[in-house]
Amino acid sequence: MNVAAPQSPFLQWLYRGYMLAFLLYLAAPLFAAGMFAFNDSMFPALPWNGFTLDWFFSSTEPKIGMFHDRRLLRGLENSLYIGVIVSALAVAAGTCNAFLFERKQFPGKSFFYILMIVPLVIPGVILGISILVFASMIANGLEETFGIEWDFLRPGLFLVILGQFSFLTTITSLVIAARLRKFDISLEEAALNLGATRLRVLATVTLPYLMPALFSAFVVAFLVSFENFNTTLMLVGSDAPLTITMYDRMVKVGSTPVLNAVSFFLMVGSGALALLSVVVQRGKE
Amino acid sequence: MARTDIGKLSLILLFAPFALWIALLIILPQLGIGYISLREKVGPGEYTFGFANYIAFLSEPIYWNTLLRTAWMSILVTAMALAVGFPVAYYIAKIARRRARAALFLMCLIPLWVSDLVRAFGWIVILRETGLVSTFLQKIGLVGGPVELLYNDATVVMGLVYTVVLFMIVPLVSTLDGMDNSLIEAGYNLGGSRFTVFRRIVVPYAMPGIVAGCIIVFMLTAGSYLTPILLGGKNSMWFTEQIYEQFVTRYNWESGATFGVLLLVFTSFVVWLGLRLTGQSLASTVAKD
Repeated sequence: MNVAAPQSPFLQWLYRGYMLAFLLYLAAPLFAAGMFAFNDSMFPALPWNGFTLDWFFSSTEPKIGMFHDRRLLRGLENSLYIGVIVSALAVAAGTCNAFLFERKQFPGKSFFYILMIVPLVIPGVILGISILVFASMIANGLEETFGIEWDFLRPGLFLVILGQFSFLTTITSLVIAARLRKFDISLEEAALNLGATRLRVLATVTLPYLMPALFSAFVVAFLVSFENFNTTLMLVGSDAPLTITMYDRMVKVGSTPVLNAVSFFLMVGSGALALLSVVVQRGKE
Repeated sequence: MARTDIGKLSLILLFAPFALWIALLIILPQLGIGYISLREKVGPGEYTFGFANYIAFLSEPIYWNTLLRTAWMSILVTAMALAVGFPVAYYIAKIARRRARAALFLMCLIPLWVSDLVRAFGWIVILRETGLVSTFLQKIGLVGGPVELLYNDATVVMGLVYTVVLFMIVPLVSTLDGMDNSLIEAGYNLGGSRFTVFRRIVVPYAMPGIVAGCIIVFMLTAGSYLTPILLGGKNSMWFTEQIYEQFVTRYNWESGATFGVLLLVFTSFVVWLGLRLTGQSLASTVAKD
């Protein structure tokens, strides 16, 4: 008997009903956003006019599918570009941080550890504006004193990458550090005793062990970067990532089923990536 | 000797990226907005320094009312997310059988990876005048004409709870998972009622998870931008919206930076207070994976 569960059958059913209602609440907007991508209508609303894939693949007015919409594709491209770069950077920095905090002893360690977590508890909008302000101060200073124009310090892809990197690094550091903590140090010692150099031990023993964590840190960072809105909004220039493009469309043009198609595409894409990362994590443990 | 030198060198090499990251992307930018917030433009390229921006904030009721409103709605959302999420986390961690547990947990995690924008868009499709609920209510004859369910506070709160509740459930599940059922059993054997066992055993045990969840949820809510705007309309009076407006629409960086500093100070204060009252530390709650 499970003592933690309610004992009366009525309460048990009530509890199950609550869980079901909660799952429906979770699924409802995702379902609604995805469903109307397939409705043969100009608006994402009932009545249901029959199934169509036009909102994905059609290339003729007035129904331009998402794969023929140049601005949405451009946004998707920017998102992928930003996501890959920022995740690679965040995984690299996160690995350094994990080794720093798991392997090294130095004065003020617990204070620095708190500093490492802090980016997670700063609202994204504030990270965005503070980096915008700081970069502009540097750019203005350079321009006034040396007459140098550093355009990459103005809103644009570079600042978006910096802004996302600033908090993604905390996430990747925590994921990688958690795996490194479980590593049995005697494996490294054995390899060293057998005459391997430190670099070789790192490359052949420690890093392969960390691989699943590196991979899932990359996936997590990529997904968070892809869906990030708050920080990105403050730093974006003319090259907008997909979420910003979609938001613009929503506010300026109003909702059309092509946005549902994008939503469906995003849900399937990120769901698949998240599942892949779970599977990899499970498989290696 | 050579060994400690290598140790020192590697410490420096590992510390350098960390120091660059924290200094250049976190500390200096925060000092930067602090600096800008104390600056006042008196003419082209001429500035004086003082608290004028903060005084302007205090003397304009619409500004501080927006901050107060954001604050209290964030606290409400946090409380509701806890109330909604706790039973779910408890079910996943303590009641569901092994296989169902993993499946349920995954189902709870999947929406986490879907952009806020998509979720808000989903709610719009459901709740607006031509949306699913309105159509359904008309069809069954409960209402005569279309009903608009967007653009009110209840919808904003509901949408915010939706966006953040998963961040409450995940830390709760991981703490409750570690609780041994024999603790509960012992409570009953000692004559505790269901409520007493819950209050004196389950809740104290889950405290680190509750605090972690509340902190994350509160920060996310107070800093959220999309959900209040899309579900609450342009007049949702959310503080991040004010910051955006000052920065981008009015190009008034001085007052935008002031608002940013105020929001940061305010949220940090609430987090500090929460940690203080419950005797937890930031490292033991938020960073516990």
